[in-house]
Amino acid sequence: MGVGINVEHLNAFYGKTQALFDVNIAVAANHATALIGPSGCGKSTFIRCLNRMHETIPEARVEGAVRIGDLGVYNGTSATQLRRRVGMVFQKPNPFPTMSIYDNVAAGLKLNGFRKRKQLDEIVHKSLHSSALWDEVKDHLHKKSGASLSGGQQQRLCIARALAVQPEVLLMDEPCSALDPISTGKIEELIFQLKEQYTIVIVTHNMQQAARVAEFTGFFLLGKMIEFDKTEKIFTNPSDKRTEDYVTGRFG
Amino acid sequence: MANANSNPAAAGVTPIGLRRRITDHVMTGLAVLTVILVLLPLIAIFGYLVYKGIGSINLAFLTQTPKPVGEAGGGMANAIVGSMLILAIASLLGVPLGIGAGIFLSEYGRNRYGDIVRFVSDVLNGVPSIVIGIVAYGLVVMRQKHFSALAGGVALAIMMVPTIARTTEQMLLLVPQAIREAAYGLGVSRWRTTLSITLRTATSGVITGVMLAFARVAGETAPLLFTAFGNQFWNLKPNQPTAALSLQIFTYAISPFDEWHRQAWAGALVLIILIVGAVAAVRIAVRHGTLAGA
Repeated sequence: MGVGINVEHLNAFYGKTQALFDVNIAVAANHATALIGPSGCGKSTFIRCLNRMHETIPEARVEGAVRIGDLGVYNGTSATQLRRRVGMVFQKPNPFPTMSIYDNVAAGLKLNGFRKRKQLDEIVHKSLHSSALWDEVKDHLHKKSGASLSGGQQQRLCIARALAVQPEVLLMDEPCSALDPISTGKIEELIFQLKEQYTIVIVTHNMQQAARVAEFTGFFLLGKMIEFDKTEKIFTNPSDKRTEDYVTGRFG
Repeated sequence: MANANSNPAAAGVTPIGLRRRITDHVMTGLAVLTVILVLLPLIAIFGYLVYKGIGSINLAFLTQTPKPVGEAGGGMANAIVGSMLILAIASLLGVPLGIGAGIFLSEYGRNRYGDIVRFVSDVLNGVPSIVIGIVAYGLVVMRQKHFSALAGGVALAIMMVPTIARTTEQMLLLVPQAIREAAYGLGVSRWRTTLSITLRTATSGVITGVMLAFARVAGETAPLLFTAFGNQFWNLKPNQPTAALSLQIFTYAISPFDEWHRQAWAGALVLIILIVGAVAAVRIAVRHGTLAGA
């Protein structure tokens, strides 16, 4: 089941440049939350702070408190432990090119020392089902490389790979920006089903997409969270002038 | 020309099209020519080796040890096995060290320490092989008090390390950051990611580097002169003086006997076949393990 996310006074830096300024947000469990805003506004930095991917960049650092369920992200939890509970799907599909489809999905478990063949089979099967890819790949699970799939399939493979670790939260960083409309449609449909089991945070440039998949939407501008509310309110009756300008297309 | 401009639809068959086609053919021809020029020395060497050496390769050559001067027959069996032994020792020492250094340079060495290692490794790559032989002499032979296959292996390993380290580094750097992030995102630790994801993704490139280094040292003679030293008899112990093909070829080639000259040619042919065979075997093994579409 998904868990809620609580962010308090989050500041993020790249060296001396501050990328996020005092972000506060409470993400509801088992819902999809969309983050919108112009390029470079800090949306990606923000979700990379949630699973501590931010700190993998040299000289990057974070201040503030993040809680995922009952887990404090920045006090004592190891990053690897945390990331097993907070899955991530990236902007560009990034399957492991030298691994088979099966191994791609099983990678998170196998590389963490999980070796029980039967259970692995089951989990791979279930994850590929959840990401709506099973029927397309079931005949060559072991024979084909993950890189041999089409872009949309690769992205669904990456979703299956993230799900296989059985996370509670799924972070998606513009998961459809490299995909055609049909693949995008499939992934959006998927997000709809997935939020029954997972808490989803999705960064998107596509406002229609935010409106379609998310119950809550946050608007970022220049590293600050300008407004966070129900999606409907953000798009029809935002309280901040800047949000209104952005969603009506007056800038950005 | 005017025609072509007035009727763009016909551009494919007008004089412009002709000029382009000629340029195309000329450039393709030049490319083929350069390939031939590059391959020619290799073909010439191999052809001449076969021509000179094939006549002296027989069962005795491959199964017997050298006969004393004046006696006909004998072979280089001990040198063939000795070469394999020395190369195995060299690979066992040099490959892990080189790959390890390459991993350090690419994954942890984007700083001043890395720059120092890079510089040192490039210098080491340029050190004359006989000097490396003397280093191994000082490191191993002086301590053991006698020549050995181990000393020869150490010398060749030192020569392999910089090549392997630098190619491994380059190959790992070619692996997109996104692939590493995918693994981190799954909760895979950094060292696991490096070994099981990054290195694995770069495998074919890393192996190319290893094979280059292997092929290069397999024919080395100078570093073996005062390390492996050579041996006219069978030896399989790594702590004893050991025969090597390159040493045997060297000794026979500068000798005044025609019979030995013929054997030297045969030895050179065997050496090059061994190298090509080893490289090809590794390539085939790697391709066998590669998935469709990878």
